[in-house]
Amino acid sequence: MEETKKLWKKLRKKVTQFMTKNLFKRDKVKYVYKSKKGLDEGVVIDISARKNEPKWMLQRRLDALSLYEKMPIPKWGGDLSPIDFDDIYYYLKPVEKAGKTWEEVPDAIKNTFEKIGVPEAERKMLAGVKSQYDSEVVYGSIKKSLAKKGVVFLSMDEGLAQYPELVKEYWGKVVPMGDNKLAALNSAVWSGGSFIYVPKNVEVGLPLQAYFRINAESAGQFERTLIIADEGSKLHYIEGCSAPAYSTASLHAAVVEIFVKKGAKVQYSTVQNWYKNVYNLVTKRAWVEEEGEMRWVDGNLGSALTMKYPACILAGRRAHGEMLSVAWAGKDQHQDTGAKMIHLAPETTSQIVSKSISKNGGRASFRGLVQINKGAVGSRSKVTCDALILDKLSRSDTYPTNKIMEEKVVLEHEATVSRVSEEQLLYLMSRGIDEKEAEALVVNGFMDPVVKEIPMEYAIEINRLINLEMQGSVG
Amino acid sequence: MLEINNIRVQVEDKEVLNGVNLRVDRGEIVALMGPNGSGKSSLANTLIGNPRYRVLEGKIKLNGEDLLAMKTDERASKGVLMAFQQPVAIPGVTVREMLLAALRSDGKKMSALELKKMVYAEAQKLKIDETILTRGVNDGFSGGEKKKLEILQMRVLKPELLILDEIDSGLDVDALKLLAESIMEMVKEEKMSVLVITHYQKLLKYLVPDKVTVLKRGVVVDGGDKEIVEKIEKKGYAIYD
Repeated sequence: MEETKKLWKKLRKKVTQFMTKNLFKRDKVKYVYKSKKGLDEGVVIDISARKNEPKWMLQRRLDALSLYEKMPIPKWGGDLSPIDFDDIYYYLKPVEKAGKTWEEVPDAIKNTFEKIGVPEAERKMLAGVKSQYDSEVVYGSIKKSLAKKGVVFLSMDEGLAQYPELVKEYWGKVVPMGDNKLAALNSAVWSGGSFIYVPKNVEVGLPLQAYFRINAESAGQFERTLIIADEGSKLHYIEGCSAPAYSTASLHAAVVEIFVKKGAKVQYSTVQNWYKNVYNLVTKRAWVEEEGEMRWVDGNLGSALTMKYPACILAGRRAHGEMLSVAWAGKDQHQDTGAKMIHLAPETTSQIVSKSISKNGGRASFRGLVQINKGAVGSRSKVTCDALILDKLSRSDTYPTNKIMEEKVVLEHEATVSRVSEEQLLYLMSRGIDEKEAEALVVNGFMDPVVKEIPMEYAIEINRLINLEMQGSVG
Repeated sequence: MLEINNIRVQVEDKEVLNGVNLRVDRGEIVALMGPNGSGKSSLANTLIGNPRYRVLEGKIKLNGEDLLAMKTDERASKGVLMAFQQPVAIPGVTVREMLLAALRSDGKKMSALELKKMVYAEAQKLKIDETILTRGVNDGFSGGEKKKLEILQMRVLKPELLILDEIDSGLDVDALKLLAESIMEMVKEEKMSVLVITHYQKLLKYLVPDKVTVLKRGVVVDGGDKEIVEKIEKKGYAIYD
C-alpha cells in the first residue's frame, strides 16, 4: 500500500514535470538525410534503396503509389483540405543507425525522450522500448529474458531485413494497400514502426512500448507496425506520441496490422497527444482467430484532426474484439474516431465503449461499424457511446452502422449525449468544491470506465492532460 | 447563527418567496412546514445559492456574515450543508473521491486512508450497503440509499447548519429513525443547527423541533413551538386558508 502510494506520488510528479517541460518545442537536430518535399516515384525508389530493401518490397511500394495517386481524398469524416501534400517531407532520417543504448542516441534527440520519461519507464515498467524520431527508429531495446524466449521486437525495417519471409506473408494482409488512400500512401512511403513476434504460449508480462515523435516542420510520419501473436501467447503494446508546435500541417499516417492467433490475447493501447497542427489519419486492424482476444484502448487528446477506426476481424469461433476509447476535442480540434467489429465466425463477441468530450468549439464524432456475417451464429455485440459536451460552442455526432446478415445474434446499442448539468455542478459545489474542480470531477468520472483500463502511468497522463485542457493552460 | 430577513425570491418569472423571516440559533432544530408549493424548497435552494433562485430583496446572514454575497462552494466552506430532496447522480465519481475533494477545498487535512476508514464506519452505522460506496455517487441508487448517503456526507463534512430538504420522502420508518438518530448525535455533540423541511409530521417525531415555522404561498403563516405540528396533523393546512 505504502509502496503503491509512493510510486503514485512519484509518477504524478514526473508527469507534472513532463507537462511543464516544453515538449511542443522543436529540437535542433541535423538530419542525416531529408527527401525533397512532395512525392513521386523517385522519392519512393530512393527510400527503398536507402533501406536496401528486397525488390518485392520496392514493387509493393510502387504498386501502392500508383493506387494512392488514383484514389480520391476521402470526402467524409474531417476536413483534409489544410494538408498540402506537395509541401511535406515524406522521408526524414535523423540518425545513421538505431542505438542499442541511450548513449548511442544523439543528445538533442535523447533529451526529448528523457523529458518524456522513456528511459526511466523502460527501466521500471517496460519489457522493451522503441523510440521513433520522424521517419526512423532511433533507439530500441528488449529485455534479455524475453529475447531468450524468442520474442522479437524490432523496428519494421529491421524486421524486414531479418524476417523477410514473415513480413512477405503478413505485411498488407489485413490492411491491403488499396484499403484507403492513406493506407496506400503509407504502403508506398512507410518507414519505421514496430515488428513484433511473440512465440506460442509465451506471455510478455510487462508491456512493450513505442514512442513516436515528429520533430521537423512539414513532416510526414508513416510508421508501419506488424504484430504477430502466435497461439496462446499474450502481449500488451503501448504507443505514445508528441510533436512540437508548428503552424503548418504535419501528417501522421500509420498502418498497424495485428494477427492474433488461436487463443492469443493482445492489448494495444494508444495515448495520442499530437500538437494541434498534426493530421492523424491511421488505419489499424486486427485479425483474430479462434478464441483469440484483441483489445484496443485508445486515448485521443491531441491533433487537429484524427480519423481512426481500429478494427477487429473476428475470424475464428469465439474470437473476441474490444475497443475502449476516450477522445478529447478542444479548440480547433476534430476527433473523428470509432471502431469496426466484423464477425465472420460463430459465437464471436465484441464490445465498443466510446467516450468523448468536447469543449471550446471542439468536435467529437463517433463512427462505428458492427458487421455480423451470415453464419456467425450466436454472435453478440455491444456498442456504448457517450458524449459529454461542455459548452454551447462544441459539437458531438454519432454515426453508427450495423450490417447484420445473420438472425441468431444479439446486438445492443446505447448512445447518450450529455452536458455537465447545472444540477451536478450545484451538487458538488454545495459540498464545498469550486466550480472548475466540480467540472473536472464530472469529466474524470465520465472517462473513468475507459481510463482505468489504461496502464497507471498513462492513465495519470490522460487525467492530467484533460485537467490541464479544462483549465485552458495548454495550447 | 442564521438570520433570514424579509427575503423575496424569484424563479424564472414567478415569485416564490414574498418576504420571509426566519431565525435558527446554534444547536437548534427548526422545522419548516407547509403544503406542496408553499416555497419550502425554494428557501432551501436560496440558502445554498442555487443560481436559478434570484433574490429580489432581503438579507441572509450566517454568523453575522452576508451569505448572499457568497458562491455555493463558499457557503459550504462556511458550514452550510444541504441534504437534497433528489440528489443528482455523478457517474464515475465515488463518494470518497467527492468527499476528499470537498475536504481538500476546505483546507481540512485528512488522508485518503483516514477518510476511507471513516466512510466505511459511518456506512456501517447507517446500514449502507458497502457495494454502493464503490459506485458513482447516487448512480443507480434507490431512493433510500440516496438519502442515507446524504447523511453519511453530513457525518464526514460536519456542517454547522444542516438543511434537510424532504429527507423523509421514500424512507421507511426504520431508516428514518436511524437517520434521525445520526442527526441528533451531531446536534448534541457538535451543536449543529438543523433546518428541517417537511410537509409530514412523521420525521418530527424523531427529530423534535425547538421551533416550527409554517409557510404558505411564499409567506410565513404561522410560527411557534412543536404544538403546531400536532395542530397541522389534526386539522391539515386548510386552517391557514
